[in-house]
Amino acid sequence: MSYLLIGIGGAFGAICRYILGLAVMRNYQDTFPRGTWIINITGSFLLGLLFNLHTQGLIQDWAMSLFGVGFCGAYTTFSTFGNETVQLIVANKLKLAAMYVGSSVLLTLTAAWLGWVI
Amino acid sequence: MKLFLVGLGGFFGAISRFMIGEWLHSDNGFPLGTLGVNLLGCLVLGWFLAFAKQKGLRGETVLLIGTGFLGSFTTFSTFSVETVNLLTAGRILVALLYVLLSVFVGIILSFLGFKLAHKGDETV
Repeated sequence: MSYLLIGIGGAFGAICRYILGLAVMRNYQDTFPRGTWIINITGSFLLGLLFNLHTQGLIQDWAMSLFGVGFCGAYTTFSTFGNETVQLIVANKLKLAAMYVGSSVLLTLTAAWLGWVI
Repeated sequence: MKLFLVGLGGFFGAISRFMIGEWLHSDNGFPLGTLGVNLLGCLVLGWFLAFAKQKGLRGETVLLIGTGFLGSFTTFSTFSVETVNLLTAGRILVALLYVLLSVFVGIILSFLGFKLAHKGDETV
């Protein structure tokens, strides 16, 4: 049963990531991978919040499977982050690559922490 | 149709992440499962994107396997929440090791995957 919930959450998470990524790309034509950046930060906040609610017993295991493991897990992505960084490095945009990595890590951790303590 | 393909890939990507994560689970509190799937996903996506470009694969195939499956197979939110958990538990060094391994090895493997798809190009 939890597999099905994770799968359904994952399907919607991936679709949201795709739609939001396209919307951001339409509005910003620059080389900074703004779409994945925003997705990873907002998804980290949401998962931090869900984790917080789950440990307090305010949401049950099935909701954590669907929204946490499934949706948030699939909405955010590490592989695209890694590959976008490589694209920047290969294009010799080293400063931008360092900024992307540094700000992604720092801001996702801050966002997850905020969701966790809120 | 595009949304359906991304969703279908996401469905199986998330389930595969969960299964491999459970299988790699370690009892010492180090998030080995997430590290494993993220690193594997970086390598395979790097290879797949370069391969797809080389072979001129259809956009729909890239949406299903790249955006859908591999995108959902890896996760950033679990990575950041696990790191915050380690930090709040006072396990600062473990958290630092986790972040550095994920980020640097992830980037190296993405590059290796990219290179793997181009292997043999030079001999032509």
